[in-house]
Amino acid sequence: MILAKIHVFLKPNVLDPQGKAVTNTLHQLGYSSVDETRVSKYIEISFNHSDPELAKRETEKICSDLLANPNTEHFHFTLEQREENQLES
Amino acid sequence: MKVSVITFPGSNCDHDALEVFASRGHDVSLVWHKDRDLQQPDLVVLPGGFSYGDYLRGGALGRFSPVVNEVLAYARRGGLVLGICNGFQILTECGLLPGTLLMNSGLNFICRHQHVRVENSTTPYTEGIPSGTVLDMPIAHIDGNYFCDDHVYNELRDNNHIVFRYCDASGNTTLEANPNGSRDNIAGICDPSGRVLGMMPHPERSATKFVTNQDGKRFFDALERHFGFCG
Repeated sequence: MILAKIHVFLKPNVLDPQGKAVTNTLHQLGYSSVDETRVSKYIEISFNHSDPELAKRETEKICSDLLANPNTEHFHFTLEQREENQLES
Repeated sequence: MKVSVITFPGSNCDHDALEVFASRGHDVSLVWHKDRDLQQPDLVVLPGGFSYGDYLRGGALGRFSPVVNEVLAYARRGGLVLGICNGFQILTECGLLPGTLLMNSGLNFICRHQHVRVENSTTPYTEGIPSGTVLDMPIAHIDGNYFCDDHVYNELRDNNHIVFRYCDASGNTTLEANPNGSRDNIAGICDPSGRVLGMMPHPERSATKFVTNQDGKRFFDALERHFGFCG
């Protein structure tokens, strides 16, 4: 079993109003050292096979086809081999 | 005129669109998103709402509904496709229109009247409405912040594909009149043919006798002129 851990995040030149709002609140809370916050999405996909090369190709295509909008978002991911009971826990 | 309005799971303006066309005497059908028969329309409408709950991104999952492949083929054959609000988001996700609708810069869901200026009066949807005309139409969205890169923006601007821009009551497209942070106050764009239009304002919510604002009628008058109806 393979688990893909995927991050989808806005490109640097795209305004992130959620990140801006979080930064403002952090400043209100006294975290004056916070310069910028960017909010991204984290997605996990578990595959029913253990072939890392296949999982890599599938994850890249899934990200390009659906999970990330190429106009505004980047993605990166890592793959982990998992025992079946680990995925269910 | 034969109009097909697509209903996605989560559409909530499909019946508004149906009502406005039916009230004007047109033959309107609701087409379920899993259907593959568009029923030979003169116009396809992708209505407003929250298809698939806006999960992942507005329009991202709706774009893969079976009917969208038929809409893409229909557009390639020269058919008219109108996307309003969530329909606009689906049109960008499926690539019929460039750019993306991001979250409003103010983070709030906005539901209010909004002035928009007609920038291009050569599309089937704006024929006969002089450029510069200010229309008052409702907006209701959280992801209406039109974004595109410089290359796409220059193409849109230089080829007159910007059809509506947010403005004040006098037609000034100022920063203050921009409700959601859209690039250059863009409220609606068309494809190079002018037959595919995406817009965030809701003409279908301002064109029946049941509502006080009637400016959306100008939009439907233009469509009828395009198809040769008097009125």
